[in-house]
Amino acid sequence: MLKVNDIIEKIGLDIRVSGDMYKHVTGCYISDLLSDVMAHSKDGELWITLQTHPNIVAVAVIKGLSCIVITNGRLPESDTVKKAESENITILTTPKTTFETAGLLYNLLRSE
Amino acid sequence: MMDSIVEGCFQLMGGDFTNAGTASSELKSTLSKLGVSQEVVRRAAIAAFEAEMNIIIHAVAGTMHYVVSSEEVRITLTDMGPGIQDIELAMQEGYSTAPDWVREMGWGAGMGLPNIKKNADKLKIDSVVGEGTTLEIVIYTRKN
Repeated sequence: MLKVNDIIEKIGLDIRVSGDMYKHVTGCYISDLLSDVMAHSKDGELWITLQTHPNIVAVAVIKGLSCIVITNGRLPESDTVKKAESENITILTTPKTTFETAGLLYNLLRSE
Repeated sequence: MMDSIVEGCFQLMGGDFTNAGTASSELKSTLSKLGVSQEVVRRAAIAAFEAEMNIIIHAVAGTMHYVVSSEEVRITLTDMGPGIQDIELAMQEGYSTAPDWVREMGWGAGMGLPNIKKNADKLKIDSVVGEGTTLEIVIYTRKN
């Protein structure tokens, strides 16, 4: 199974916070609605979102997500970075849209 | 699994979005260290976090108290808040009284209480409008 560092290398994502890079990526969940991620994401999934505020880290910790990918060139807020560093959560960013990022990831996860 | 009872308490501040989730994350790691099964840890953390968010969104302040025994994880959240006008309505998915700016953060979709119920074996809600709300969440640690 692919790990966070494999994904970064294969689809080219920028590292904003380096957490556990060896965590297995079991799948992907996409939503900007944190309540929805709380209800429907699964352990080990990579989470693609446009949200940049600190609560995304809390959601990732509670749900055991493998990492957070922020799309469309958005950057995590400084409080978000601090929280992710203390909680050991990886935050990645990309200038690509959510659609493009998801497409690349879909092909990559399907090919495994 | 331990024989003794472990308990603890966290203070929660209404409006403190920056530290939202700190109590539930600590509870999650405490339960893991106690050797509670992963599935129970997962359900307890989700239920606790949803309830913690509700206090941060709606209340002035509150507490999260937990008791872990060999039988169950019991989490009690008490707040000084607006109270819930209609509990049956609040339990319906999609119903929310959260303000717009909270919704823009991705909260307030009316999914919190239903998600707590989904993850709990027992959920009791006591609320007095204008005074506050108490939630009692119980998750059994043993499969029946």
